[in-house]
Parts: sequence; C-alpha cells; structure tokens
Amino acid sequence: MVLPALNQDATDARLANMTMSDGGVWANTARESALARVKAMGLPTARDEYWKYTNPANLVMANPPEAALHDNDSVPLYDGIDRLKVVFVDGVFDADASDDLSLEGVEIERLADVLEMDIHWAKDLYGVLEARGQTPVERPLAALNTAYASDGLVIRATGQASKPIALIYKHESTTSDAILHHVIRVEEGADLTVLENGPAAARFNKAMEVDVADKGAFHHVRAQGRDHERRANTHIFGRLGTESIFKSFTLTANGRLTRNEVVLELTGDDAQAHVAGAALGDGDFHHDDTVFITHDAVNCESRQVFKKVLRNGAVGVFQGKILVQPDAQKTDGYQISQSLLLDDDSQFLAKPELEIYADDVACSHGSTSGAIDEDALFYLRSRGVPEGPATDLLVLSFLAEAIDEIEDEAIADDILSRLEGWLARRRG
Amino acid sequence: MLEINNLHVKLEEEDKQILKGVDLSLEPGTVHAIMGPNGSGKSTLSYVLSGRDGYEVTDGAATLEGEDILDLDPEERAAAGLFLAFQYPIEIPGVGNMTFLRTAVNAQRKARGEEELSAGDFLKIVREKAKSLKIDADMLKRPVNVGFSGGEKKRNEILQMAMLEPKMCILDETDSGLDVDAMKLVSEGVNALRSEGRAFLVITHYQRLLDHIKPDVVHIMADGRIVKSGGPELALEVENNGYADILAEVA
Ligand SMILES: Nc1ncnc2c1ncn2[C@@H]1O[C@H](COP(=O)(O)OP(=O)(O)OP(=O)(O)O)[C@@H](O)[C@H]1O
Ligand SMILES: [Mg+2]
Repeated sequence: MVLPALNQDATDARLANMTMSDGGVWANTARESALARVKAMGLPTARDEYWKYTNPANLVMANPPEAALHDNDSVPLYDGIDRLKVVFVDGVFDADASDDLSLEGVEIERLADVLEMDIHWAKDLYGVLEARGQTPVERPLAALNTAYASDGLVIRATGQASKPIALIYKHESTTSDAILHHVIRVEEGADLTVLENGPAAARFNKAMEVDVADKGAFHHVRAQGRDHERRANTHIFGRLGTESIFKSFTLTANGRLTRNEVVLELTGDDAQAHVAGAALGDGDFHHDDTVFITHDAVNCESRQVFKKVLRNGAVGVFQGKILVQPDAQKTDGYQISQSLLLDDDSQFLAKPELEIYADDVACSHGSTSGAIDEDALFYLRSRGVPEGPATDLLVLSFLAEAIDEIEDEAIADDILSRLEGWLARRRG
Repeated sequence: MLEINNLHVKLEEEDKQILKGVDLSLEPGTVHAIMGPNGSGKSTLSYVLSGRDGYEVTDGAATLEGEDILDLDPEERAAAGLFLAFQYPIEIPGVGNMTFLRTAVNAQRKARGEEELSAGDFLKIVREKAKSLKIDADMLKRPVNVGFSGGEKKRNEILQMAMLEPKMCILDETDSGLDVDAMKLVSEGVNALRSEGRAFLVITHYQRLLDHIKPDVVHIMADGRIVKSGGPELALEVENNGYADILAEVA
C-alpha cells in the first residue's frame, strides 16, 4: 500500500535523524516491528480524519519548537500522600532523585534495563497492546514510541501494592524531546495505584501499556504540569480481564498542545473501566481527549467523563467511542463530554460515537457546550458571594462529576486544591 | 429601612414596562405584605431590589438605610443587609449545600470587615438552625437544592436567611408549595428572626401565611403599581372577594 505523499513526507522527515537502540533479541524484534508499523501507517497529518480537530504537525516534526520552563508548585502534587517517587528529568530516569525501586507487592524495573535482557515477561506486553490498539483506528505516534523508547518503567503488581507509585516528570530543558514507555502488569487479584505529575519535556511522547488480569485493580491519576508551552501526546493501552477494574483520571491545566489517547479493551466478563478528565485552558491551549473503549465480554461497565473549562480562545476536543462487539451482552456504557466556555472566543469540538453490535445493552452518551449559568451566578451573588469566587464555585461544580471519578479522597482533595489554585490565580 | 420611590422598571431586552411607579416605605421592625394578581410585577420588584440582570430602572430610586442600592452589585446589596428568598430557588449541582452556606456567610463577613467563622463554629450554628427547620444532615450535604422537593427548597431559603441574618428580608411566595406543617416551620423561622432592627417584605397570594406571620401593612400591587395599602384586614378581603372589587375601586 502506498502512503499519501503528505504522510510519507512527514514520516521520512521524522525518521531521518532517529536511531534505534540495540538491546535483547526480543526487544529488537519488538522495535523493528513497531518501526514497520510506523512506516506502513505513516505519521499523521492534519488531513487525517482522526486528526481533524487537532493538527499533529508539532507532534510529528523532527525538531519540536522550544518550550519555556514554568515555575512548579511550591508544594508538589500528591505531597501529603505516602508514595514511592520515581523521577524522570526531560524523559530520563533520575536515580538520585528517585526512591529505591522496591515496594511491597510490586516489582519495579527500568525499561532501559529490561530491554537489554535476553528474556523478560514484558516481551508479551511491550508493543503488544499498542499493536492491538492500531485497529480499527491507527495510532502511529504510539508505534513510533514503541520503536524508539529507551526509558520508562516496567511494573508488575503481584499483590496489594503497599503504596502508590508516583511518576514525577520534570521539565528542565527548553528543547527536550522525550519518549517514555511504561509497561504495567497487574496480576490476578492484585491492586496498584500509579500517579503521574509534571510536564515532562518541551515535547513528550508517552505510552503506557496496562494489562489487568482477572480481579485485578488498576488506579491511575495523572496531572500534566503547569507549563504553558509544552506539547504532549500520550497513549494508554489497557486490557481488562474478568472482574477487573481500571480507573484513570487526568488533570490538564495549561499546555499549548495535548493529545491524550486512551484505548481500552474489556476482554473478561464483569470488568469495569472508568476514564475521566478535567482540562482547564486559558489562551494558547489546545487539549484533545481521544478515547476508544471496546466491549468484548459480557456484563462490563465503562464510563467516560470528560470536562473542559476554556477561556481566552482555548480549544478543547473530545473524540470518544464505545464499541460493543456482538457477544458483549449486558454492556453498560456511559459517555459524557462537556465544556464550559467562559467567553465567546473559546471552542469545543466533540465527536461522540457509539457502535453497537449486541442487542442487550444500555449505552448512553451526551455532549454539551455552555456558558456559566447566569441564574446560578445571580443566586450565589445574591447571597453575598462576589462574582469571581461565585464563578469559580460554578466552575468547580461543573467539574465535580469528573473529580468524583477519583476514588481516593486524599488524592481527589489534592487535585481539587490545584484546580482552586488555577482559578484563583486567574482572578489575581 | 427600605425606601422605594416612584420606581419605574422596564425589561432590558424588550420595550416592556413592568414597574410603573412603585412607592413603598418600610420602617425597621415592621412586616409588610404584598399581594396582587399574577404578573403584576411582584417578583420583578424583588429581583430589581436584589440586583438581577435584565432589568432597566428608567425612573425612581430605592435606598436601604439611606444608601442608594440600585447601582450596587448583588453581592454588595447582600453585604449591606438585603436578602431575597426566591420564588423559585436555583439548583446548583456539584456545590454542597454546606459549602454554599459557609462561602456565603464568610463572604458577607469579609465584606463587612468581620472575621470569618471557624469551621467548628459554623457547623454548630448551622446544625442548630437546620434542626429547627427540620433540615437533616443529608440535606445539608447534598448539592444546593438539587432533588429537593418544593417545600425543602423553601425551607432551605429560610435556613440561608437565618444564617445570613439580613436586615431587610424579602420573601417571594415562600409559602407556595408548602404543606401545612412546613408552613408553620417556615413561619416560625421567620418569626424567630423578627426584631426591632429588621424589616420583612412578604410577597404572597394567600392570607394563610399572614395568619402565622402577622403583617403590619398589606399592599396590593396591580399592573406595576401599589394600588392600595391597608392593615391585615386587606388580606382577608382579598381572600374572600379576590381582586376584582379592589381593582374596580381604584380604577
Ligand atoms: N425576563 C422577562 N422576560 C419577559 N417578560 C418578563 C420577564 N420578567 C418579567 N416579565 C413579565 O413581567 C410581568 C411581571 O412578572 P412578575 O414575575 O414580576 O409577576 P409576579 O407579580 O411575581 O407574578 P406571580 O404572582 O405569578 O409570581 C409578567 O407579565 C411577566 O411575564
Ligand atoms: Mg412572582
């Protein structure tokens, strides 16, 4: 098959200066086949249907634009939570800044080491879930990640993890172009929480493959830092076994360009997948949540809850799909995507989709875009709450359904306080 | 307390005059009632006084304790001591009733240069006042007015009033949708707040509420004007004969 010229050019330009690392035989094979996928699919351009609302040029080009650094929070996110800290600076593991990688109930290794090994269980996952996620929709930037990633973590939870693993992504170089790839296996009945925080790099390409075995539980809360100029595209590929749980929440405040893709497959009966996000943009902000959930088993539940608050010309995108395969009876699928536009310059583009081949299912989806409710605002002000704080309260109330998806109360409170900070800073 | 002179109000968006010269004067410590046919402008008056958008004052004035309020923001009017219990209280999903109350109380204290209430003190006061209005802990936790029954919403308005301790209380049809027991609760709530320094403007269609909250003066509003004022007996007259006689008499 011949690629369209634009995709071919974009692919050639990007691959020209990239060199693939050499590692164990299985790793080299995984990388070679990922590269073959990249070449066959071609890197995306603005002409591609799946990139209709988000121009991928800056994510694809060989040398990304610089991104200024931004002050970090004086009190880091998750500060009050007992956690195992793993630090990456511009996409490179920082052993000195990290805790010892040992945790009860979990095995943690560096991807860099694992890729060197002759034999490792990660062989069955690395690039495998990513490759599965290439149909029915192509995600070439994820294949690019598999081909060229040399750092990240390989995590295997064998029991109840004694505390969350917190991945801290520091951005210290204005020109950094980082690729990270994490492989996570939650064994039968095990329970793991992974937290992420930080902008990571001027440009960040991250992939995370998560395999949750029967009765396993995976919890994920991420925040993408406060940098204004950084660009990121991320992929989460998840496979869920019987009676397993997968819950992921993302807070995105600021960032010139973000595309977060989540691709989940419910392969075992009675599994539960929740993905949620709260995005806040002010000005030069383009945020895209692209979610694809496939139900391939009986009596599973999935929820997508995405909320965006946009002002001063910020742009929000949501492409969400629920695909229910013929045998996935008793599927309960829910999807809501909403934006709160704080002025007329901001924009929300949504493409919610349901594709259902089973007959006994309950699926619902909704997408709305609106302004602050003037009646509610007046009600609050008539009780003495000034316009600024009253507006903030209504913004938080708009985001509440997404925040509610965070199960851990302490983490939810911390995320909420960051939202409040973001809003308060904008009031001066 | 509240002085309204020759107040003329039209809709901002349309050329429609709604208030056509309202005059009212409320002394501290008094209760005035306003009755009047549907659409006569009672709610409009209460909204204009509390600062809702969408209305344009074309003539006249309104002062609270001598201060012109019509140019103030709604929150400034609230801090100055004005309170409106809404005819249709607004639902605010995602904001806990308790958070809402505390935010409001502390915002007003701050605006007046007073110290904010501590979480503990606040909780104690809310619990006590909620109890007398039969508002349970669950209702305090739930999002503001969401899923509240009509009567629960009205009781919640009175709870807000009790917490904010305003000087000038306007109640817009707080009795509508209340069962007999709730009506008693609400009236007791209002009566508990009656004091020398506080005035009430009670908008209602029914004499029944005025049996519980005894007004000093009753006004009849029709077509954007106060057309008749009198004692409590005026409310009885309306109850028995409707508005036809009164309107004919003033026409
Ligand atoms: N925003 C608006 N747009 C159009 N018409 C309005 C608006 N606000 C008020 N009106 C009109 O103004 C008139 C007075 O309305 P208002 O709500 O003040 O009456 P009311 O005396 O409170 O009636 P009720 O007893 O039914 O509550 C009505 O004819 C109403 O339709
Ligand atoms: Mg009315």
